[in-house]
Amino acid sequence: MDREADRPFGLLAELTYGCPLHCPYCSNPLDLGAYAEELTTAEWQRVLAEGRDLGVLQLHLSGGEPLLRRDLDRIVRTACDLGLYTNLITSGLGLTPRRAGQLRDAGLDHVQISVQADEPALSDRIAGLPSFGRKMAAARLVKKLGWPLTLNVVLHRGNIDRVGGILDLAASLEADRVELANTQYYGWAWRNRDGLLPSRTQLERAEAVVGAARARLQERMEIIYVLPDYYSRYPKPCMGGWGRRQLTVVPNGDVLPCPTAHTLPLPRASVHEHSLEWIWQRSALFQRFRGTDWMPEPCRSCDRRELDFGGCRCQAFQLTGDAARTDPVCHLSPDHAIVSAAVRAAQAVPRPRAVALVPRPHPRATDRRNLPIRCGPASTGS
Amino acid sequence: MPTGSAERPRLARHVRLTFDRARDRHVLLTPEQVTVLNGTGAAILGLCDGRRTVADIVGELRGRYDRVDDEEVRFFLARLAAMRCVEADDG
Repeated sequence: MDREADRPFGLLAELTYGCPLHCPYCSNPLDLGAYAEELTTAEWQRVLAEGRDLGVLQLHLSGGEPLLRRDLDRIVRTACDLGLYTNLITSGLGLTPRRAGQLRDAGLDHVQISVQADEPALSDRIAGLPSFGRKMAAARLVKKLGWPLTLNVVLHRGNIDRVGGILDLAASLEADRVELANTQYYGWAWRNRDGLLPSRTQLERAEAVVGAARARLQERMEIIYVLPDYYSRYPKPCMGGWGRRQLTVVPNGDVLPCPTAHTLPLPRASVHEHSLEWIWQRSALFQRFRGTDWMPEPCRSCDRRELDFGGCRCQAFQLTGDAARTDPVCHLSPDHAIVSAAVRAAQAVPRPRAVALVPRPHPRATDRRNLPIRCGPASTGS
Repeated sequence: MPTGSAERPRLARHVRLTFDRARDRHVLLTPEQVTVLNGTGAAILGLCDGRRTVADIVGELRGRYDRVDDEEVRFFLARLAAMRCVEADDG
């Protein structure tokens, strides 16, 4: 390990896949039963210490809803004692004044709260739960306690026309950052793809609104806007390269190069069996797509191979059945027609029929039925 | 932007400057970014305490290094201000 790039900078700790929300764009695994046996506090603390020794500097605490872990403040305290920068990624539900105070005392550095839209009824409908009011209370609490606040919004066909209102909401909450990320089609979101994928017109309008807001709010708020890769010429540089900068530890102790890599037909790696260092350096899983030697054409001879690393392995597998192919979102991919067809279908305005989005069920929320959310035509834009 | 000599730069509240044993380098940590610093960069940021002016910082660096380019220090601070890592109060 001579080069800096060979050590991971960030560790995404998915503490639990339990979540009070039912977002139709959820990218967590479809089979949550396999993750019910969660790592203990002591196991997480060991994993964090091993991560720090390996070079990890940033810890992203996510899920599911990480606040469902009653030991979250102890995990945060350990992370801070190790010198990690700690970032909580939450729905905001469960961030009561008491728990926020505990986390503040434990040393938590930064909080990201998700909202589904700027308008309460729409936000609640997408989340599948009355939650907007509690999210606002949590966001205000974060600011009151002096934390920097990031507002996270996953964009899709059903809320992208509200992007102006969402940015106004972020500004009124005095968010320091807002992340507007178009849906990535993994896990539950893959099932709902045709109902979630926005039209080109919607995207162009949203980009104009974001551009104007950036100019207007430049001094007050950082605006991050993640394009949907289906509309990009080149693929996203997934995780900054396979096993290169980031690693993910999921609730049952499996370690992955990216949060959706469990979908690939590759051998597992688990903290129950090996140290993080061994997994990072030696496991077959982390070596499989590291570097550029595995690449097929057109990636192998492409000038961009060190920029986007052939795109997303999970997306290549999902769309072609072969994880070692060029990500089909790339316009140079021999499989690009698969993506073009989905994009073409998303342009129909009005759509032949409203596409029903299926809310994500959770094992703990047995009282909720699969009530479809109606996602109407995308032409209204008012 | 903390480029005027009289300004007193400091790290933004959400930013942490720390030493990384694994890489043997100073690093600047923000919510979504790690910036690995060289020795001079770390020395400049270590002096950004909100009390020293840019001129003070350049002065102190001249006591430590043979050659300190005033413009380079300002450029470095301006770049970090653009990344929202450094803030400044006027004189």
